[in-house]
Amino acid sequence: MTEQRKAVALISGGLDSFLAARTVMDQGVHVEGINFYTGFCVEGHTHAIREKDRARPKRNNALWVAEQLGIRLHIVDIIEEYMDVVINPQHGYGTHLNPCLDCKVFMVNKAREWIVEHDFDFIITGEVVGQRPMSQRKHTMTMVARDSGAGDRLVRPLCAQNLPPTLPEQKGWLERDRMYGFSGRSRRPQMALAAKYGFEDYAQPAGGCCFLTDRQYSIKLEDLWKTRGRREYDLDDIMLLKVGRHLRPRADLKLIVGREEGENRFLEGYRRRFVHMLPASHVGPLVLLDGNTDTNAIELAARLTARFSKGRDAGQVTVEINDRDGNSRMLAVRPMPADEIPADWYL
Amino acid sequence: MNTATIDARHLLCPLPVIRTQDAVADCRPGDHLQVVCTDPGVVHDIPAWCRVHGHEVYAIERSDNEIMIGIQVGEAD
Ligand code: SF4
Repeated sequence: MTEQRKAVALISGGLDSFLAARTVMDQGVHVEGINFYTGFCVEGHTHAIREKDRARPKRNNALWVAEQLGIRLHIVDIIEEYMDVVINPQHGYGTHLNPCLDCKVFMVNKAREWIVEHDFDFIITGEVVGQRPMSQRKHTMTMVARDSGAGDRLVRPLCAQNLPPTLPEQKGWLERDRMYGFSGRSRRPQMALAAKYGFEDYAQPAGGCCFLTDRQYSIKLEDLWKTRGRREYDLDDIMLLKVGRHLRPRADLKLIVGREEGENRFLEGYRRRFVHMLPASHVGPLVLLDGNTDTNAIELAARLTARFSKGRDAGQVTVEINDRDGNSRMLAVRPMPADEIPADWYL
Repeated sequence: MNTATIDARHLLCPLPVIRTQDAVADCRPGDHLQVVCTDPGVVHDIPAWCRVHGHEVYAIERSDNEIMIGIQVGEAD
């Protein structure tokens, strides 16, 4: 009897990872999924936080794809190790702070460690030659295979026919003819294949799989590094960059302003870590102060807090100011008029 | 049969799922696990994770801003 071959598929939750895994399953290979959580994944968070998103059905796309495939999914926390990828990418960044090439090498290497530990035979990704400008050119695909250490145990079923035969093909575990030769940016071949499998309602992330491809998010992360004078972050930092309006009225002061109830509730969880304020005389947002909290900073922040409250047009708004130890006091201020807030305060 | 409780409060998905996964790895078939969470997303994600791994969700209880998900660990293969 021939030995049952086993592969692990990198499942991002998009269409390509579904199709890649499915193509290999159709050849009789036992497939399980792996999904890496970097802290920047678009998955879940903001949906869970923002009230207006709660009505929408919320799902973890990677889990959903695994369920459609009928396979197990292992979600791996790589938050700590991933920091070095974001902070010191050897191959630099894409359009924003997305270190896609280093990220791919890192994840495939993690998958390689996983298959060694779990006695699996090879790794599957949904990459397509030429689909993304930086990380999916032909020579970078060869580089990812080499630098990750996966070598010819890395199979890209959607474009396998454009690449040299991998070990599973050489050993006869996979037939090259039953894989594909997709290339370029067109999504049509994938969509046609999805239709063949009756796979609908899949997630279609616009830029990429994570917040690092988002311009606004990258600006906020750069700002965090610049003002701290160090390129570093922790999980709370990068979560907070996803939430609220961020304003920097002074080099040494940043405000995080909740935009609605869900965000206010989330920010409340940080009240022991930041001086925070909220309007007492009117309905309004919870605001965290990151940086200097001298008298001038407090007054400036209170006037901005008043500006984002229902009392924005009132002559005076009373703002409750809370320190990290839970002591609070009141301050009455005149809300800052909109035209006194320079556009470049908004991050 | 053992029962263990995991505190996954104030963690956002998928972290509660990852904590559940790590805890299940230390359990035996038939053991019960109670995961206490605050992110409402867990009511979708933890049951979905249990379905693909063959574990059974026997309870989802909500109280003030907290959600408890009860899991019975399935057979290992
Ligand atoms: S978009 Fe983000 S998760 Fe995807 S490859 Fe690039 S850096 Fe990695």
